[in-house]
Amino acid sequence: MTLTRRELLVSGAGLLIAFHVPRKGRAAQMDKTPSVDPNAFVRVAPDESVTVLLAHSEMGQGIWTTLAMLIAEELDCHWSKIRVEHAPAAPAYAHPAYGLQMTGGSTTTWSEFDRYRTVGAMAREMLVRAAAGRWKVRPRSLQTGNGFVVRGTERLSYGQLAEAAQRLSPPASVQLKPKKDWKLIGKPMRRLDTPEKITGKAQFGIDVQLPGMRTALIARAPVFGGKVTSFDVSKAKAVPGVEQVMQVPSGIAVVATNFWSAKLGRDALQIDWDLGPGAGLDSGRLLASYREQAKRPGMVAVAKGDVDTAMASAAKHLEAEYDVPYLAHATMEPLNCTVRLEGGRCEIWTGTQFHGVDQMAAAQIAGVQPQNVVIHTPFLGGGFGRRATLDSHFVVEGVHVAKAAGVPVKVVWTREDDIRGGHYRPMYVHRIEAGLDDKGLPKAWRHTIVGQSILTGTPFEKLVVKDGVDASSVEGAVDSPYLEQVPARKITLHSPVNPVPPQWWRSVGHSHTAFAMESMIDELAWAAGRDPLEFRGALLAQKPRHRRALEAAASSAGWGTPPPEGRARGLAVHDSFGTIVAEVAEVSVDAAKRIRVHKVSCAVDCGQTVNPLGIEAQVQGAVAFGLSAALLGALTLKLGRVEQSNFHDYRVLRIPDMPQVTVQILESDAKMGGIGEPATAPIAPAVANAVYVLTRQRLRSLPLRLT
Amino acid sequence: MKLEVNGQVREVDAPDEMPLLWALRDLCGTTGVKFGCGMAQCGACTVHLDGKAVRSCVLPVAAAAGRKITTIEGLSPDGSHPVQVAWAEIDVVQCGYCQSGQIMSAAALLAEVPDPSDEEIDRAMAGNICRCGTYQRVREAIRRASSMRRAQR
Repeated sequence: MTLTRRELLVSGAGLLIAFHVPRKGRAAQMDKTPSVDPNAFVRVAPDESVTVLLAHSEMGQGIWTTLAMLIAEELDCHWSKIRVEHAPAAPAYAHPAYGLQMTGGSTTTWSEFDRYRTVGAMAREMLVRAAAGRWKVRPRSLQTGNGFVVRGTERLSYGQLAEAAQRLSPPASVQLKPKKDWKLIGKPMRRLDTPEKITGKAQFGIDVQLPGMRTALIARAPVFGGKVTSFDVSKAKAVPGVEQVMQVPSGIAVVATNFWSAKLGRDALQIDWDLGPGAGLDSGRLLASYREQAKRPGMVAVAKGDVDTAMASAAKHLEAEYDVPYLAHATMEPLNCTVRLEGGRCEIWTGTQFHGVDQMAAAQIAGVQPQNVVIHTPFLGGGFGRRATLDSHFVVEGVHVAKAAGVPVKVVWTREDDIRGGHYRPMYVHRIEAGLDDKGLPKAWRHTIVGQSILTGTPFEKLVVKDGVDASSVEGAVDSPYLEQVPARKITLHSPVNPVPPQWWRSVGHSHTAFAMESMIDELAWAAGRDPLEFRGALLAQKPRHRRALEAAASSAGWGTPPPEGRARGLAVHDSFGTIVAEVAEVSVDAAKRIRVHKVSCAVDCGQTVNPLGIEAQVQGAVAFGLSAALLGALTLKLGRVEQSNFHDYRVLRIPDMPQVTVQILESDAKMGGIGEPATAPIAPAVANAVYVLTRQRLRSLPLRLT
Repeated sequence: MKLEVNGQVREVDAPDEMPLLWALRDLCGTTGVKFGCGMAQCGACTVHLDGKAVRSCVLPVAAAAGRKITTIEGLSPDGSHPVQVAWAEIDVVQCGYCQSGQIMSAAALLAEVPDPSDEEIDRAMAGNICRCGTYQRVREAIRRASSMRRAQR
């Protein structure tokens, strides 16, 4: 690989590689951030340690280990010498495909596959040249392994060579190892962040302590879009430990010496709110209005063939409507942001997925240049998209409070703040009409989708919203492999606007499109009197990867053999983030009509794999996340207020409801896909399809509830 | 008041009704104990009080005075408790935020029921939420820790 730009940095005693490779992602570049700052990805030190700097945030998905594997593969260092750190926020750490420093879209591993390997290879080359200089031999005559440069029976450790290597200029190009020589890539590796995370030493944003730091809670409007009209601080200020109470753009901040005082102070606030138009919001009425809208075509997302004519000549028609509710991400670590404004700098400690955006937003509020906004990234206690906020609201709020308070402040959200704080997976309705030919295969498909756009009105609008259609609202439907064989098809979209802030939620649009598509396809299979697996295979005749995944999951689940007494199986396959996942759920229904999921057999084709142990964990976790939505999760609004507030009424999956999830990773030469999200979406339709087999009730609303 | 945290007695200045969680996190600096819900729904704040698992987010600090409080930091000096060892072997953690609470609940379970059935594991761990969905490996790790302890006896 040829490098367009490279730099050598000297930092302390050690070798630091910095460079920029040409952007080569398959996704559109979202931002043309200039690469002015140097990049630093790996540091080899005289004490033999090899420090890997992560351009993305570790939020559970395992990149702390995966990206280190990429460097270690090429560097030939000893795995036990690897240390990992989050990189700071700097343009140099821009996402290789998106041009903006961020973590999301299940993109980290595939987008960094070349860059991190290249860094490792460059560092290795420099160490080899340093050794060659010492021995006065040609670099090509030397070998490397386990952190040493080797010449016959002699060897020099990387630590011994680090200082000499740092004086060399980096190679203009390096040769990456051929796949057959890989020692780490593709092997199951245990996580490098485990020791800290099992001893309580791992630091999350909420754990940050600074000298003189105070803790703040914010009283935010009880209704989306509400504003403070007046407030009385006297009772709040009387709470021991409360030091300051002040208005900030998002509400009233109570600044105290500790969390508990801030909480009591906030409880004691008396605030009058101008609730605004949000006070009329009612999710039940909203759903009814979406259903009405779904009867009329919206903005065209896909139009092929003459749907009206094809529909008129169909042998049979099937029509169905599916809906999904608002959902909170409910990361285990509630949002928090610590800010210190000092000496013309704005220092931020927060678990963010969106460094690039947050840095710019914080700079504006703090009144400093973006490069003077220093973002320290501790571990993220879950992300799922919640910590990638398009408006940087929790970071902006932290800067406002620190600025007003004049001391370093940690703003902490309570669970209630989180559940009621918006930024939800939006509510969606899908209405689908299919016209079938005499074999029961669809020849006409009319599909209307209704739901809030996540990206309209944001800086990303012009890149993602085309002709009024937000791609993230229709992904998984417009590109459904089932529809490629349907000669006449039309998918349209309504994007109603309301004050509830929408946000991406693990698997984004797929979280509803997969439910609609895979439920409807199942309905068509039953209408045609055909086995759901065989029917899908017929529709996917031109899609060998999909068929292979389906067959692998089905065979591991025992499809075609009788399930245990009282159970039934349902399946789904979905293609998202470049990865195909098929899932078969084995389900029963108890006397109280509660749906129980016992086993889930998954088959995953994500192309080249890096860490199979991590892939298995992500698939198991995504199934659990998807099951929370399939069986339990729903946020509702009455008079503008979110009715749920904490885990007692916004329920999520607990261990007794966790099925046994088996994961087959299908080796494939396909382009590498993502793994954090793709297994989330297929589980809801797989379960609904199984429930239909058991009960002959077709459940078309999430969460799934039997009547 | 005096609190005995991980074998060390400390003087803390806290109102009686302050939840033990905040006394531990904000006053004692044992931030391995996590805040997740504040109403004993998620288990992230689980600590041992005289060896029994309790949710520190709803326990007034005064109720813990004079009793032995163990947090994740004090479970073992070096991460060598069988539950921690099993956790590492099974590669349980993901984001890690709930894991202190999961491990404390699992350790308390095994102290009481050395060889728990699958149902006993599910029942004992039902109060600990993990949004990353590590539940399957949590079960495996508890079984592993249980067999490690058996082998040691």
